[in-house]
Amino acid sequence: MKNTTTNWTPTDDAMIENAIRRGATRRELLQMMLAGGVTLAASSAILGRSGAALAATPVKGGALKAAGTSASTADTLDPAKASLSTDYVRICAFYNRLTFLDKSGTAQMELADSFDTKDAKVWTVKLKKDVTFHDGKTLSSADVVYSLNRHLDPSVGSKVAKIAKQIASVKAIDKNTVEITLDQPNADLPTILGMHHFMIVAEGTTDFSKGNGTGAFTVEHFEPGVRSVGLKNKNYFKSSGANVDSFEFFAISDETARVNALLAGDIHLANSINPRSMRLVEAQNGFQLSRTSSGGYTNLNIRLDLSPGDKAGFIEGMKYLVNREQIQKSVLRGMADIGNDQPISPANPYYNANLKAKAFDPDKAKHLFEKAGVLGQSIPIVASEAADDSIEMAVVIQQAGADIGMKFDVQRVPSDGYWDKYWLVAPIHFGNINPRPTPDILFSLLYGTEAPWNESQYKDQKFDKMLHEARGLLDQAKRKEIYDEMQVMVSENAGTIIPAYMANVDALSGKVKGLEPNPLGGMMGYAFAEYVWLEA
Amino acid sequence: MNGQVLSLVTSRLATTLVTLLIVSFAVFFATSMLPGDTAAILLGQAATPEAVAGLRKAMHLNDPAIIRYLRWIGGLFYGDLGTSYANNMPVAQLIGGRFVNSMKLAGVTTLFSVPLALLFGITAAMFRGSLYDRVVTFFTIGLISVPEFMVATSAVLIFSVYLKWLPALAFANEIHSFGELLRVFAMPVITLTFVVAAQMVRMTRAAVIETLNTPYVEMALLKGASRPRLVLRHALPNALGPIVNAMALSLSYLLGGVIIVETIFNYPGIAKLMVDAVATRDLPLVQSCAMIFCLGFLILTTFADIVAILANPRLR
Repeated sequence: MKNTTTNWTPTDDAMIENAIRRGATRRELLQMMLAGGVTLAASSAILGRSGAALAATPVKGGALKAAGTSASTADTLDPAKASLSTDYVRICAFYNRLTFLDKSGTAQMELADSFDTKDAKVWTVKLKKDVTFHDGKTLSSADVVYSLNRHLDPSVGSKVAKIAKQIASVKAIDKNTVEITLDQPNADLPTILGMHHFMIVAEGTTDFSKGNGTGAFTVEHFEPGVRSVGLKNKNYFKSSGANVDSFEFFAISDETARVNALLAGDIHLANSINPRSMRLVEAQNGFQLSRTSSGGYTNLNIRLDLSPGDKAGFIEGMKYLVNREQIQKSVLRGMADIGNDQPISPANPYYNANLKAKAFDPDKAKHLFEKAGVLGQSIPIVASEAADDSIEMAVVIQQAGADIGMKFDVQRVPSDGYWDKYWLVAPIHFGNINPRPTPDILFSLLYGTEAPWNESQYKDQKFDKMLHEARGLLDQAKRKEIYDEMQVMVSENAGTIIPAYMANVDALSGKVKGLEPNPLGGMMGYAFAEYVWLEA
Repeated sequence: MNGQVLSLVTSRLATTLVTLLIVSFAVFFATSMLPGDTAAILLGQAATPEAVAGLRKAMHLNDPAIIRYLRWIGGLFYGDLGTSYANNMPVAQLIGGRFVNSMKLAGVTTLFSVPLALLFGITAAMFRGSLYDRVVTFFTIGLISVPEFMVATSAVLIFSVYLKWLPALAFANEIHSFGELLRVFAMPVITLTFVVAAQMVRMTRAAVIETLNTPYVEMALLKGASRPRLVLRHALPNALGPIVNAMALSLSYLLGGVIIVETIFNYPGIAKLMVDAVATRDLPLVQSCAMIFCLGFLILTTFADIVAILANPRLR
């Protein structure tokens, strides 16, 4: 392929493949490639290859080995306490949720058969029948009631206690029906219950070391901070079941070591590949990358209540000074979509496509800084390894500033303690937000007046009211309209600059098939173990 | 063993105990000064002020530091390492398996590096100034200067990624046969041997050369002793003290300092456990690991000192 095209790399293959999955038409793809200087004949070959990867039939059997980024003695099999990708991978393999978010971010039924509501406040959930836990117990409504109520118990220490707080009551109506009442309407409930923490555990479980769930794998071995092994569940309720016989998961925190382990054939799949290592993986035969536009981002936060963020024009100037294209192309090596300063990513159905990102315009920025009376002053920007790629982004901003006589003092601080001491605290600093499935969660978490992580101290009563109104709406079109306007408000008025939505890049052996992007994160939203297969 | 030797050994052991006590004090207060509140880190996103206050109380974090120190050191005295903050398991249980893994790695490395270092160090001293000596010196200085992450990463790239001879990761708990043991340990041990043996070769060579320059060795030479006899019978016993000391210092590194090797080969040893524990602010675990490293260091240096005392002919 490289003989007939110029500059065409497997990264671009991954991009095309991703576009096909997102539903791009053949015509759009051809335009994309022609723009990239690919001849018509070559482009149909690329399309044929990318399409073939998607249409293969699963092969059964084999032992899958995969590595994540971090593990510690705090690793857990308790879904409520799961906090890192390693925990998510395990709980996705051993348990199930009521719903499962598909690649478009839409909630599909998993343990639930249906979700019904009239007012988005009282929900009736019918459960699938004949689902059994690993220990042989049949799933019933009592298990769901127990699992959901756990998040409301402060002694459990659930990571989603704040989100779960809107659940006013959970009742078992009969053996297979549960009624969930919210304290106020929320049309997103099926999506929310598709998040990792809402996995269903057996009633009364307090010891989670056995991982007794309904999932596609049973726990064979679990050693916190070291590794875990799962065996295929023979009694799995989905007839397809898992494709592989077993899977092993552990963490290799050093990125170079992770890539080397993959290239050496010790593992089949490695997540979170740094853009800098991508060329190394691509240069080897039999390996490929999977790119997921999950919507996580690293953003520059300027507090509106502290100097210099409180000076009229300063934040607007910064929005013009951030060279989004350069950040997307050079810092993130193209593995990102350009951001328009609001938290909802283009992969989300509620993304406002009409809201354009501010163009890079140093002259306009200079003019605005002059108006704010800050030109010539030295302004500190706090960056750290803790917020992915923030140091590189800070340097890009510093360079742009130097060209117009604006001095930025990039303060590089240690990762250790960053989220306690600098994030939300320093007048100008970087944040790093993981993808969330709904606009409501993002806005409530980051931009509402009461938001616990209001990074720039953005406060607007009208915004709060709209947030509340949209939450209970079952009318999708009306809802989209409100969220569109909220995105414009945040983009214009908040002090958070979101230059790009980052893609999560996983690297995998050519033997691994069936891995699809998922909005809940890399490695198929961490649920890869159940779905991928190994080609002999 | 005469009275003088006995008193020297006893005072050396007493010094060790006092050092251990001072270190425990330093470890405890240094870790207490780590930035970030333990309770807040443990609770993560769910950290409300009330929850943090409650947890701090439950974990006795509000007690004065000296009380917490005495409680901890008292526990250590009775062999109770405490309970991990991160997952409520006994610290001893968390450390157990990882400690065994670290000892295995350190043991195999010692088995390879000590004889190698003695061999090269002594022969280089014997043929001082020869081509052989210069080649050995060139390589040992070269290896000392290369950081171990470089050695380890290059080894992985060459032997795992390109040649595919050895696994890139070392899983100590998957060993069922001697062949597997060799395969799994090969690269970590080679890397560590490079790092520690190079130091030992240099020190052994220097110590032997120094004794070779003393009058009594010259006397033996004049009396017609052969070269090997000169080195092995006359010089080496007198150089034993400094050599064992150099070995002890190099080997003490194998317990706590191998974090880079553990990280690159994903080897589940105790150094990585401690780094994880620092990240989660799991203080009981951090403190216990630090004490274990310190104890290992003290045992080795004390042992070396006692060997030096016993090997000293003037005390015999």
